[in-house]
Amino acid sequence: MDDYGTKNGNIPLIRLENIGMIYKIGDISYEVLKGINMTIEKGEFVSIMGASGSGKSTLMNILGCLDKPTSGSYFLEGRDVSGLTSDELAEIRNKKIGFVFQGFNLIQRLSILENVMLPLYYAGLHSKDSEKMALSSLKLVDLYDKGNKFPNQISGGEQQRVAIARAIVNDAPIIMADEPTGNLDSVRGADVMKFFKKINEEKGATIILVSHDKNVANYGRRLITVKDGIIISSDTIDAGV
Amino acid sequence: MKQNQVKFAFFLDLQSAYKTLLRNKIRSFLTILGIIIGVGSVIATISIGQGASKAIQNSINSLGSNMLIVLPGSSSLGGIKTGFGVLPTLTLNDTYAIRKLPAVKTDSGNLGMNQQVIWRGNNWSTFVVGANSTFTEIRDWPVAKGTFFTHQQVVSAANVAVIGNTAATELFGLINPIGHIVIIHNVPFTIIGLLSVKGFNAFGQDQDDTVVIPITTMLEKIAGTTWVHAIAVSAKTSKDTSLAQSEITALLRQRHHIPLHKPDDFFVRNLTELAATANSSANTFTILLASIAAVSLLVGGIGIMNIMLVSVTERTKEIGIRMAIGAKKSDILKQFLIESSVLSLFGGMLGIGLGFGISSAISAFSPLKTIVTTEPIIISLVFSLCVGIFFGFYPAFKASRMNPVEALRYE
Ligand SMILES: Nc1ncnc2c1ncn2[C@@H]1O[C@H](COP(=O)(O)OP(=O)(O)OP(=O)(O)O)[C@@H](O)[C@H]1O
Ligand SMILES: [Mg+2]
Repeated sequence: MDDYGTKNGNIPLIRLENIGMIYKIGDISYEVLKGINMTIEKGEFVSIMGASGSGKSTLMNILGCLDKPTSGSYFLEGRDVSGLTSDELAEIRNKKIGFVFQGFNLIQRLSILENVMLPLYYAGLHSKDSEKMALSSLKLVDLYDKGNKFPNQISGGEQQRVAIARAIVNDAPIIMADEPTGNLDSVRGADVMKFFKKINEEKGATIILVSHDKNVANYGRRLITVKDGIIISSDTIDAGV
Repeated sequence: MKQNQVKFAFFLDLQSAYKTLLRNKIRSFLTILGIIIGVGSVIATISIGQGASKAIQNSINSLGSNMLIVLPGSSSLGGIKTGFGVLPTLTLNDTYAIRKLPAVKTDSGNLGMNQQVIWRGNNWSTFVVGANSTFTEIRDWPVAKGTFFTHQQVVSAANVAVIGNTAATELFGLINPIGHIVIIHNVPFTIIGLLSVKGFNAFGQDQDDTVVIPITTMLEKIAGTTWVHAIAVSAKTSKDTSLAQSEITALLRQRHHIPLHKPDDFFVRNLTELAATANSSANTFTILLASIAAVSLLVGGIGIMNIMLVSVTERTKEIGIRMAIGAKKSDILKQFLIESSVLSLFGGMLGIGLGFGISSAISAFSPLKTIVTTEPIIISLVFSLCVGIFFGFYPAFKASRMNPVEALRYE
């Protein structure tokens, strides 16, 4: 078990024990995850790679408390979250996890600022403070002056930076990014990755990143490779890009 | 502080629902059209009904209180004839006998007919009524200027007249009619009083277009008969009306020497009762119409449900995003419920506007004066809010039960 690295007997941020995920479509079941074990410490920057269909997104959904595994246990900060209700999971997502998706997933109807404020709204914060927090979050991704614009008025790279601002506005300790550069060219992609690096280093946020692109994955400091629903390797990345 | 935040949050929810609905103005409008029409017709029908009730109420009041009316002829033969063709059964002496009955406060024999009234060159055809000195009391209709004629003047068949406001204006214009002499049916009458303004009765007749003279003068000098049209009776209290009715029936049968097996040669109508019956059938009619209108409110609710279901499906991705960043089931439920409630409440408000419009149009273009009271407005608002919550619940519930992963994958 300690192959996956529990350091110094401290409680790790994330520990997966034998996580399995089976999808049933009609009579046929697909075993997408086949016993995943892993540990992620606070402040890590982990990249996950693997072939298409290997189960990366499925794993991310479980890590992000969006989905429940069919078997195994998931300990988040030492607490078993595999058996929680959907509302309890919603609260964990709100407080502990920020998401950045491939398709940006901003709400088109809302302004940039309102999009960034939304996690605070669901956390029960509605005061002027929440606007300040959102603005400082936008400042971190160099979009301080774009708050009044709407998602369709800014570029894809900027939209993804807004998504990053939204993910960190609640000071979530974990940021999950599934192919965050998938819809961007390499220049914009690098631009976005710069900010992940920044929030990892400056705010100490733990980042879990899925990417097909080796260059993007190399922003991380550990690389986990998934194949056919199991982890086949977990190595430290020595050199940056 | 906490309280403030909650209030502010609710305001934000409302504002965001409002913004969402404004993005699709035409669709939102079509969605609430059913509610608008429903509430509008409820308000309009109730205003018509209340206007009609009020008109009936007014005509009860204008008749005087606790009023019975004795008419010649048997009720099975159907009522009175107008003009000189009065059925010869009721006399002035019947009137004086009725007045002595215990349940009767006072009464007045009446004979009315249309006559030309002439003053200097002016000529006006009006309703001339012969009545007793008790007229003002029975009809609750005091004089505004001058005096009414006395019992003495009735007994002596004096040539005096009290004029209604409309007839006075037509004949005299701005001149004070009191003291002037008018000619009716070649007989001169001195105007001694001006009646106060009474207005229109339930049938749209101007009650002020009249001249009242002593019944005796009417019988002897104008009609040339001893038979009266009708005897108006005022019972002592409203409870006494039916007692008075039976007393009058017994008295008149005796006075007219009607054998036991023969029917009455007169009939007694309880006008208050009659009016109350008319009032209650007006109410029933209003309720019926209003409930038909309320059905369209329900149909409007189904329209809201339909559009909310479409909206939930369209916004599946948004729901997924909101769930991913921490929205609980109740948050999503609340969001869509507020949207449907704002929709229906807004529809309700527009509907109230429509109802006001319809009812003032009816007031303007028809003799009926409609009345809009606050009750139906509040009830319609509450009802449309309930419709929004009720029909918005299923779509909102559906939205709140979505699986976040699947919702996020929706394109
Ligand atoms: N809801 C579902 N129902 C059935 N099968 C599913 C479902 N979600 C994912 N799968 C299947 O599980 C497998 C893994 O999917 P997943 O999205 O995790 O792959 P991935 O590694 O993220 O691939 P990609 O690199 O293309 O994004 C795929 O074969 C997919 O078809
Ligand atoms: Mg994937």
